[in-house]
Amino acid sequence: MPVETETLETVQSLTQSGYKWGFETDIEMDLAPKGLNEGIIRLISERKGEPAWLLEWRLKAFAAWQTMREPHWSKAHYPPIDYQDLHYYAAPKRKPGPKSLDEVDPELLKVYEKLGIPLKERAILAGVEGADGSFPNPVAVDAVFDSVSVATTFRKTLEKAGVIFCPISEAVHEVPELVQKYLGSVVPASDNFFAALNSAVFTDGSFVYIPKGVRCPMELSTYFRINARNTGQFERTLIIADDASHVSYLEGCTAPQRDENQLHAAVVELVALDDAQIKYSTVQNWYPGDAEGRGGIYNFVTKRGACRGKRSKISWTQVETGSAITWKYPSCVLQGDDSVGEFYSVAVTNNRQQADTGTKMIHIGRNTSSTIVSKGISAGHSDNTYRGLVRVLPRASGARNFTQCDSLLIGDQCGAHTVPYIESRNATAKVEHEATTSKIADDQLFYCRQRGLSQEDAVGLLVNGFCKDVLKELPMEFAVEAQKLLAVSLEGSVG
Amino acid sequence: MLEIRNLSASVDGAAILNGIDLAVPRGEVHAIMGPNGSGKSTLSYVLSGREDYEVTGGTVLFEGRDLLAMEPEARAAAGLFLAFQYPVELPGVGNANFMRTALNAVRRARGEEELDAVQFLKIARAAVKQLAMPDDMLKRNVNVGFSGGEKKRNEMLQMAILKPKLAILDETDSGLDIDALKIVAEGVNAQRGPDFTALVITHYQRLLDHIVPDRVHVLANGRIVRSGGPELAHELEARGYAGFADAA
Amino acid sequence: MNAVQAAGAASFLGRFEGLRERLPGDREIRDRAAAAFRAGGFPTVRDEAWKYTSLRPVTEASFYEPLLSVADGGDLLAELPVLDGPRLVFLDGRFRPQLSVLPENIEVGTFAETAVFGRLARPDRDPLVALNTMLTEDGAVIGVPDGVDAGLLQLVSIATDVPGRAVAFHPRHCIRLGRGARLMLLEMSGGGGTYLHNPVTEAYVADGAVLVHVRLQDESRTAYHLSTLYAEVARGGTYDSFNLNLGARVARTEVHARLKGERSATHLNGAQMLGGTQHGDFTTIVSHDAPSCASRQTVKNVLSGRARGVFQGKIEVARAAQKTDGYQMNQALLLSPEAEIDSKPQLEIYADDVKCSHGATVGELDAEQLFYLRSRGIPEAEARSILVRAFLTEALDAIGDDTVRASLDRAVDAWWGKQAA
Repeated sequence: MPVETETLETVQSLTQSGYKWGFETDIEMDLAPKGLNEGIIRLISERKGEPAWLLEWRLKAFAAWQTMREPHWSKAHYPPIDYQDLHYYAAPKRKPGPKSLDEVDPELLKVYEKLGIPLKERAILAGVEGADGSFPNPVAVDAVFDSVSVATTFRKTLEKAGVIFCPISEAVHEVPELVQKYLGSVVPASDNFFAALNSAVFTDGSFVYIPKGVRCPMELSTYFRINARNTGQFERTLIIADDASHVSYLEGCTAPQRDENQLHAAVVELVALDDAQIKYSTVQNWYPGDAEGRGGIYNFVTKRGACRGKRSKISWTQVETGSAITWKYPSCVLQGDDSVGEFYSVAVTNNRQQADTGTKMIHIGRNTSSTIVSKGISAGHSDNTYRGLVRVLPRASGARNFTQCDSLLIGDQCGAHTVPYIESRNATAKVEHEATTSKIADDQLFYCRQRGLSQEDAVGLLVNGFCKDVLKELPMEFAVEAQKLLAVSLEGSVG
Repeated sequence: MLEIRNLSASVDGAAILNGIDLAVPRGEVHAIMGPNGSGKSTLSYVLSGREDYEVTGGTVLFEGRDLLAMEPEARAAAGLFLAFQYPVELPGVGNANFMRTALNAVRRARGEEELDAVQFLKIARAAVKQLAMPDDMLKRNVNVGFSGGEKKRNEMLQMAILKPKLAILDETDSGLDIDALKIVAEGVNAQRGPDFTALVITHYQRLLDHIVPDRVHVLANGRIVRSGGPELAHELEARGYAGFADAA
Repeated sequence: MNAVQAAGAASFLGRFEGLRERLPGDREIRDRAAAAFRAGGFPTVRDEAWKYTSLRPVTEASFYEPLLSVADGGDLLAELPVLDGPRLVFLDGRFRPQLSVLPENIEVGTFAETAVFGRLARPDRDPLVALNTMLTEDGAVIGVPDGVDAGLLQLVSIATDVPGRAVAFHPRHCIRLGRGARLMLLEMSGGGGTYLHNPVTEAYVADGAVLVHVRLQDESRTAYHLSTLYAEVARGGTYDSFNLNLGARVARTEVHARLKGERSATHLNGAQMLGGTQHGDFTTIVSHDAPSCASRQTVKNVLSGRARGVFQGKIEVARAAQKTDGYQMNQALLLSPEAEIDSKPQLEIYADDVKCSHGATVGELDAEQLFYLRSRGIPEAEARSILVRAFLTEALDAIGDDTVRASLDRAVDAWWGKQAA
């Protein structure tokens, strides 16, 4: 059975009403005490056996964070976050590598199963020795469980190609020069409130380095999961694509169903050097809270890519269906001449969800071009905002941007907002922006129902059609899953 | 097959149908003709269950079942197909995907096994060929950017694939040139048989040269004012509707 | 007469304290406005609504109060493309009967006489409106009775140039159209030297009434023009405006149009042509409060030299405003390497059965079109002019009235003349 089908069916088999990924896992955890202070940061650094420069970097970020204020410029409304009431470190207790699946903590295996990770990958992920076999369409997986990367698969195969794909905590030891050179080079530690917080307390995340001229032999993938109670998740991802290299990276996110809100403040940094290409795809399905707006993840993430090299390209694709509140603007800094930035986004909000998402395209180099395609779908009592910036600096002669931004409203209690900022300081630049807001037309629904589709199937079909331009940018495995996710997220929104 | 008794309906409070009586036996093709505003399209929407149309009286039995109590998709699953006068565009929704989803929904409702993509494509390609349509018809988005004729042919393609028991053709001939008209007629004629019943709604007689009806009914002011054999259509062509409207 | 005090907000507050007892109208409203202005001061670029327009040159300058002018202002009036027919002329913010031609079928008065504040202006939210409310002395009060088609009326503001003595004035205009009434209001502002013109206008459009409001802002290139307009449109009414912004060193034209009754409509079209170091900001907020309303906007920017153009356009659709039809197009042409455009079109939508769209484009003249014209023998400068005029035409064509259109065309011609010089 192809990987994607199996994955899909595993997901489907979990289908019950409500949030389908809301299981909680009972695993022995190593938990730092609640609260945030220098002591906790030193503790994290010590647990990770980090070099002195990194501890210093964290402390500097912490000092900066203490002078900053939580931003409140978006449309989102939420009760104040008590940053002292969170655990900043939570990790499953680790034992020596198991010899077979039987020796693996069955709870951990169940988690992978519920996440829809294919069986063979589950074994590899659980660290079963010798399980690094080959099967069609392999996907190398890094699983980040609460704050800690628990397993990375296919490392040997990747190593042969010279690709480094490992937890960032290991990269700090194994390739310290790369980490030190690039960490914080795209998102500085004091970039914004949440990035500063992340820089101070991040515990793990994925690290990728693709050497010169290498096309990464498989998709790289990270599953993020928040599990422990009252835990903030602060993962840090750093991807470096050296000259003329290619990589496609997938990110999937889930969290258990809980009454209280949980904070997720990740930082993702991408660096593309000359002629390099990075494709970064996200299917975000953190717990969105219940119909009354109780619980759910606060997803305050900083994602930014630097097209440093000439002719480099960074492409963000995201399908955002989860989280109580999402603030997220995956951006491209187009420094290299002829570099290309892309942003394809589907954001669905239902019930009481609030999403404020979009991108920034900063044109610095000559003949840089960017494309933005955003599809927002609001249902229930939710609010969905596209916020985006296209900035053309004086040197960026010949810069091009095209933005298409469409909103769909389902029901009359939700809101859809479009807030683009266009700033051009170069006469030869060409910027085009188009935005529309509409609803699913009654005659479209009736047409589908006359052909035998139920109301919900018809909405699912039409919404997928609305999102097609974005979904086609996703790798195959994710596209199918994303389509199902869209339909599930909108269940109960019509009728 | 279809029994309409004293059916009345209104749109936005205005009465459009004023007591229609009509019986269409299985396997027959009946034509409904009438001037603009006589209620032809309203009849097709009421039969297929469009929401804005309020039934104010009467009953409709479809194979003995109360059609008016059914949701639109249940009517489709029961075998009712409406070829729209103005087929709707569905941006981003591929024609093949749409028809497979519809066919499988209908099959599921009937307790039949769903078709996978390969099985479906076989059926769809055969239908495309039979209707002399270009192959890319299946790849394009439903009715998006289609010419008027292409839209109507796409309706025939869907009909050929969904194989309804009762097809209602709502002015399918409007806006078609003679070649397209023939293709539509062939599409209907190919289905004709003891298990295919059709209600052909049209303003003009010319479609009925190609789809010869068993019976012709004249609709005026929301009522059937006269019924007869195929020759009635020719009479209308010669005399116009003027005399009939007065009769209502 | 107060001499100038410290610059900025403090100087205006000081002036208010000095004049407080003598200013006409409801003192409580003025006090509240003063309190708001004292608390907030001038907006800065940290305020989202003022992100792209810095008022620093205004806050750093010192302004005097206008003297009772002895100049007759006739020469300045001649510089504006004023048409024959009725007109209300204000000199340094004060009504000038000698320069005016009173209309016959319209009730006209002045704020100085009536001293009634309307209910549309929001001094609590908009700092410049607070400033105006605090210090306003005069303005036009225009009323068209039910069912009357009042034809054309011109509202002209001119500022005199007294070297070394920059003045600030804050006129308060009010326009009321009765049921089914019609008015074509052609508003112009110009002047010489340095001054601050800070008008606030309220327009009430009753059921089925149509107000066509064509505005030409051609202030002195060293002046500041900060205008705020609030329009409220009742059932089936139309507020149809065209704003041509050519002048001022720093200008902001802010328009709030509220579609309050069912099936009401508004057009907020405009064009900005800026050169040198001019800064022009056209900000619009259209609020759809009722069902089945329509709003249409086409805004064009032509920027040369080191000019900076700003367009902010927001369409708000309230929950009740089903069947809303909103459209907005914003285009900018950058004619020089150092020109800049900042554009922020915005949709805020809470109703589901709506059709709203906006578009924005930024670019330079089409090289192929330019080449095509030149290959037909048209010199480059002329070819550029033809293409820029063509670019503007789409917006200008929205003005249906031929004489008014011709008046604006003259202003555009004059602008080109200045560019070439």
